[in-house]
Amino acid sequence: MTTPTIDRETAAETIKSKRSRRAAKIAEAAGAGWKLLLFKVVALGIIDALALYAALVLFQSEQLIPAILLLAITGIANWVYFSRGNLPAKYLIPGLIFLLVFQIFVAGYTAYIAFTNYGTGHNSSKESAVNALMLSAQERVPDSPAYDVTIVEQLGEFSFLVTDPDGEIELGGVERPLQPVDNAEIEDGKAVSVPGYNTLRFADVVANQNVIAEMAVPLSDDPNDGALRTPDGSRAYVYLSNLEYDEAAGTMTDTRTGTVYTDIGTGAFTAPNGAELRPGWQINVGFDNFVRAFTEESIRAPFLAVLVWTFVFAFLSVFTCFALGLFLAIVFNDPRMKSKKYYRVIMILPYAFPGFLSALVWAGMMNQEFGFLNVVLFGGADIPWLTNEWLAKFSIILVNLWLGFPYMFLICTGALQSIPDDVQEAARVDGASAWQIFRNIKLPLLFVAVAPLLIASFAYNFNNFSLIYMLTGGGPRDVAADVNVGATDILITMVYKVAFVGSTADYGLASAFSIIIFLLVATISVIAFRRTKALEELN
Amino acid sequence: MSTLQPGAPAARNLLDRVAADDADLDTATGHDAGGVRGEAPLPRRRFKRYFRETGWRHLVGIVITVFALFPLLYIVSASLNPGGTLLTANALFSNVSMESYVDLFRSSTHPYGAWFVNTLVIGLVTAAGTVILGALAAYSFSRMRFTGRRFGLTTLLVVQMFPQMLAMVAIFLLMVQISDIFPAIGLNTQIGLIMVYLGGALGVNTYLMYGFFNTVPSSIDEAAKIDGAGHARIFFTIILRLVAPILAVVGLLSFIGTSSEFVIASIILIDPDKQTLAVGLYKFISDEFSKNWSLFAAGAVLAAILPVALFLALQRYIVGGLTAGSVK
Repeated sequence: MTTPTIDRETAAETIKSKRSRRAAKIAEAAGAGWKLLLFKVVALGIIDALALYAALVLFQSEQLIPAILLLAITGIANWVYFSRGNLPAKYLIPGLIFLLVFQIFVAGYTAYIAFTNYGTGHNSSKESAVNALMLSAQERVPDSPAYDVTIVEQLGEFSFLVTDPDGEIELGGVERPLQPVDNAEIEDGKAVSVPGYNTLRFADVVANQNVIAEMAVPLSDDPNDGALRTPDGSRAYVYLSNLEYDEAAGTMTDTRTGTVYTDIGTGAFTAPNGAELRPGWQINVGFDNFVRAFTEESIRAPFLAVLVWTFVFAFLSVFTCFALGLFLAIVFNDPRMKSKKYYRVIMILPYAFPGFLSALVWAGMMNQEFGFLNVVLFGGADIPWLTNEWLAKFSIILVNLWLGFPYMFLICTGALQSIPDDVQEAARVDGASAWQIFRNIKLPLLFVAVAPLLIASFAYNFNNFSLIYMLTGGGPRDVAADVNVGATDILITMVYKVAFVGSTADYGLASAFSIIIFLLVATISVIAFRRTKALEELN
Repeated sequence: MSTLQPGAPAARNLLDRVAADDADLDTATGHDAGGVRGEAPLPRRRFKRYFRETGWRHLVGIVITVFALFPLLYIVSASLNPGGTLLTANALFSNVSMESYVDLFRSSTHPYGAWFVNTLVIGLVTAAGTVILGALAAYSFSRMRFTGRRFGLTTLLVVQMFPQMLAMVAIFLLMVQISDIFPAIGLNTQIGLIMVYLGGALGVNTYLMYGFFNTVPSSIDEAAKIDGAGHARIFFTIILRLVAPILAVVGLLSFIGTSSEFVIASIILIDPDKQTLAVGLYKFISDEFSKNWSLFAAGAVLAAILPVALFLALQRYIVGGLTAGSVK
């Protein structure tokens, strides 16, 4: 595709003497006027200011690595734009930054998540899981002394200003254990305010009653010491957890039943009988998710069914659309045929209509009770278009045909017209029949042109999320399966459902499926493209 | 992501041919038709011959027209049926009124107006960003020779094999973490969604543009360089104008793609007020499927008008060969 002149001339340019390079520099300086320089300074100034602010916020929330990365990237950008050379970098950096964060990083992050047990019940560190467990099992100590408490607020976050029975004054919040303060203002032996914090008025306490009642302020760093909670916003009592955490042994003991839950490396405290305490925490599980996908019975069966259907669907959708598109292209590609243009415009309409809407419209027409197909076209029949396993699959192929044949029609028409007429004429002179010409000459030539597009179309349909999700929602559902899948789910809708639909989410398993999809599509594409030598176009 | 299937660069060439062919054929068919008329004396035989040659083709055309148009007519009819359900929509065009279109903007639980505006804003900003980022990258790949150029092009080809959709979980978790620190660009923000979309701005777009940039002769740049123009001036004032058709194509493709994107938008945008048409309409119809059918139909028709119109316009843009006349 490249015009060869560019290569030759740039090559010549590098040989040229220093003088021409200097001339180029002068021309550059003259060309980029002061307006451009001003724009550059202002734009970079704004970006630098934002980056600096963001880095400070990141440092404050103890996100050291992102903060350093941010500063490094900003530094590189400044260097690139203020230095003389680095021309390619000047043009590439803006796009590359987005590509790095939202394409390459997230791809890597997907791989990382695939090796963890991240998901419902496993979404934080062990430390916060321990705290959450202790809090959830808290009960008021029967003979707890009453602590006088004043609710104070700073930057929208509530804290307890506590005067304990001995008269000592302490301040603490949900994740900040009580710490003594010495400059509090005291009224009637009760601390009522402290500098830097706003004391909540009674009305505010009432307005935030639920939040305040839910707060548990740890007495010390050791979660076993218990926490303070206040039912009314003025008096707090000590609450102790029914669970006892032994950090050294890594065990949780339920003081009521005496059951010992141990950290056995599965990301949750587990009792000898296998019962787990929730929440657990996030751990690295190695290839577990992949192994589960292929071995755990309740996942394997639906997964393999989905895998097979994904391939069948992608293949059939390419095949049916291509067959119909090619047929129409041949029918309409006749010089004697009038008003082809109008047919073409009509056929483009389904292709132009947004895909997700088409699927929803068809879902309406195929509704079993009220849909147009059953009520009008089949005279009140009761055909379960979308709720019977096989009919649902058929419906998907049919709707996809409606969506996809115009594209194939367009590319086939283009490819047919690019086949030179003299090839046909020569064949006709040699006595070949119309069918022979088509079968042995036109079709092979056509395939050369459209094969890469067919592969791309296959890869596209492999992940044709909106068609499946909007038309059948993946249903009818497979009730026996452990994961939320149905008969028409393809891999990508399965990923979505495992991660985002329903009450539990298994991000680790969903990411593992994502990685599997990527490997499949990439392998197929590479092999197929190698075959068609489409990569040769890269210069 | 969109209704458009990939493989765009090659498709562009093919589409060019289709469009160019349209013009040629009109004249050609005129001649042929005249010839046929002169040859056939008997009307019966003429019809037989006509049918064998082109008539049956029209028959196929009519069948395919019905297949292609019917769902569209159905939804337009349903949208004109005020207060209609899925069942009443079956009586096509029995009741014509614009009431559903008005009601659409009145519903408080389903802020259609907000969805429409959101879709337009997100689509336009993403399209503009994609065009700018893609054009910058394509310019450097097309006009400059630097170490890592070939590697860069190959990497783009490989990276786009991992569609963003596959990384939905990672994108969601990343956005959750961003929200903890910068709520303004994290989960449930449109800026966040646009940033995610711009992550895919390079990739296939750069390829499309790269091919087109290569067709602009470099003698134009050189002439400008001799006249004292810097690289920035050459890029912004000369090249960008010459490649305007491909910029329009990429912008429109990106707009159409983003405005019907569902997966990532549904994960990132949580509040109904912030959602796009794809997410909002899906939730709307999956809540009460058959009851509000005419309302949904009106929403669908309005949502489709812009992409369909853009698409038909896009065909014309593709044909435009602006570069041909630029070198004197």
